[in-house]
Amino acid sequence: MAIEVRIPTILRTYTDGEKAVSGEGTTLSELFADLETRHKGIEERIVDGGKLRRFVNVYLNDEDVRFLDGISTALKDGDNVTILPAVAGGSV
Amino acid sequence: MLTLTQALYDRIVEHARKDHPDEACGVVAGPAGTDRPERFVPMLNAARSPTFYEFDSKDLLKLYRELDDRDEEPVIVYHSHTATEAYPSRTDVTYANEPGAHYVLVSTADTDGLGEFQFRSYRIVEGVITEEEVQVVEAY
Repeated sequence: MAIEVRIPTILRTYTDGEKAVSGEGTTLSELFADLETRHKGIEERIVDGGKLRRFVNVYLNDEDVRFLDGISTALKDGDNVTILPAVAGGSV
Repeated sequence: MLTLTQALYDRIVEHARKDHPDEACGVVAGPAGTDRPERFVPMLNAARSPTFYEFDSKDLLKLYRELDDRDEEPVIVYHSHTATEAYPSRTDVTYANEPGAHYVLVSTADTDGLGEFQFRSYRIVEGVITEEEVQVVEAY
């Protein structure tokens, strides 16, 4: 059950500079827990209180998982997951 | 220091003016490792707000795929403040996730007579803001 995960620049400190890593899990939640076992610290940059952080975008095969089942989105072998921090800000 | 062409400078300002009173946002991409802004990519502010901006999530994915394919980086990440000075807010710092980028802020407060027009550039790394000089040139 291999899932390819694309890692944004800001999180590559957790993956020894790797742009993509491989992980396992039947849901996104399990996948991030699996990544955490090899890339300590990465999970809390993506997940907060059991939910995806508001300003981290996660895509499953190019679809924003907010429009799927969020962190409970089901995964299958060969899926591609992309993590991208939002580009956001404001004057307040 | 940020060095950019007059043409790119003008396009950023034009975008900020056009979207006023909403915040405008975008990037200027350049070949990876060169620190040279070249390709102007205006983005849609999905928040359509005078006080907040966020790249649309689908556009964001498309942008980063494109940058990867072309071996480019977001050399400049720009946005406008429409009623306040061109200085990074706490929100800007919280969501600044490109330590290699020049964060350009444009203030269009002059449009409503609330302040002066400003074009300023910063590095934002691990929560620390460092303003830098902006050099506008005719060509690289």
